[in-house]
Amino acid sequence: MGAGHSHPLYLAGTSAVHRLPAEVKIVAAFLGVVCVVITPREAFAVFGGYLLVLAGVWVCARIPLGWIARRSLIEAPFVVLAVLLPFTGGAPSVEWLGVSLSEPGLLAAWNILVKGTLGVLTSLTLAATTPLRDLLLGLQRLRAPSLVVTIATLMLRYVDVIAGEARRMRLARIARGHDPRFLWQVGATARGVGALFVRSYERGERVHLAMLSRGWAGEMPRLSDAVTRRRDWLVGLSPVALAAALAVTGLVTA
Amino acid sequence: MTVPTVTTSLAVSGLAFAYPDGHQALHGVDLRIGRGERVALLGPNGAGKTTLVLHLNGILTAGAGSVAVGGLPVEKRNLREIRRRVGLVFQDPDDQLFMPTVAEDVAFGPANFGVTGDALAARVRTALERVGMAEHADRSPLHLSGGQRRRVALATVLACEPEILVLDEPSSNLDPTARRELAEVLLDLDVTMLMVTHDLPYALQLCPRSVVLDDGEVVADGPTRELLADPDLLRRHRLELPYGFTLA
Repeated sequence: MGAGHSHPLYLAGTSAVHRLPAEVKIVAAFLGVVCVVITPREAFAVFGGYLLVLAGVWVCARIPLGWIARRSLIEAPFVVLAVLLPFTGGAPSVEWLGVSLSEPGLLAAWNILVKGTLGVLTSLTLAATTPLRDLLLGLQRLRAPSLVVTIATLMLRYVDVIAGEARRMRLARIARGHDPRFLWQVGATARGVGALFVRSYERGERVHLAMLSRGWAGEMPRLSDAVTRRRDWLVGLSPVALAAALAVTGLVTA
Repeated sequence: MTVPTVTTSLAVSGLAFAYPDGHQALHGVDLRIGRGERVALLGPNGAGKTTLVLHLNGILTAGAGSVAVGGLPVEKRNLREIRRRVGLVFQDPDDQLFMPTVAEDVAFGPANFGVTGDALAARVRTALERVGMAEHADRSPLHLSGGQRRRVALATVLACEPEILVLDEPSSNLDPTARRELAEVLLDLDVTMLMVTHDLPYALQLCPRSVVLDDGEVVADGPTRELLADPDLLRRHRLELPYGFTLA
């Protein structure tokens, strides 16, 4: 795929992981997350195992640890709640450095933190090795609802067009002396958003006409009839097999 | 089965249409375009040009009168084939190019019409070669220049192998070089063509015949050079040659 489909979470490469068909990676990531979610929170060592499996995938895909660590910070706002739990949870409590922490609260926080982090790391791994366009093709091959695939495909094409339009409208406002610094000055910006919506809506109608004119029948045509090879499934799902084994270990020992 | 030789690509007769708000956009339009002809459709803003164009592939349905493309009437049950036969190139390539890559966009039409596999790939390659864009197949339309986008938009329609190519303002928003390059591509194509335009020199360069539409009626139909050399006709229908442009 050419440039222009790269996104900030994509790390261009030619590794075995990059070359796997997107549908295999989507299924693998989904099943991997399922394994993590069903693991009992007390099975501490098992979560370490999941991290090792992911690290193995990163080595294969040549993703530097720092690269993925920086992007995983996206999770931070979502785990703030988890930090509060040890202080707000019920008895029994433990003393730690003179602070009384709730034991169930600590466990609940750990549960959110570890599962959330592993989920984010898995998604980042998928995103780092798969261009957006391939993700959509993968979803199409996995028979995702065609409306969803269509909307996502069009969004991929038009998000930059609409952003460009918004930029030009902003320039036009600034060029006429608009300088919103205070809340009561945002009226023009709000009207701009409204105008942008109307413009995008009208563009949507024109695009629909253009699609009808070329025989659109309600579904994105399948442009390639490539079939996913059994070997790719086997290779792609091998980390999932490890994760499944870990999940079973966790369930049995807990 | 023997197919009768059809020499008329487009036959419009007595076409009338009113928008739901009551505005009568077309008052009985008659137009016949022979196979291989290149015709310019001229007229002021609001003359009904776009309304007429949207009738040609059945996006709008006639209030009265009829349209036939290559002998096939524009009717609900024929719509699919009609839309393959009428290649509509829209004014804004950003409306026309909606797929993530150039190649996928060119493949969209033929794939909808049932072309698959190697045949589809060959269609895409040929169409892109005809407009000189083969080396950009895997790029996003977003990263092409205006002229390149216009040529890709043309390729998306050529890939459907249309009976008639309908272009809406092909030269708008193009710089002079891109405008000339597009003209060269269009002159090289061996297809029937109806070109809606305000760009009178472009009509003169590309289309031997012109039709003037005003207020929903065909008011003139003849050789482009003769029509453009009639200052009264041009003035009556709000058409103007660019400053300094004279027909020798």
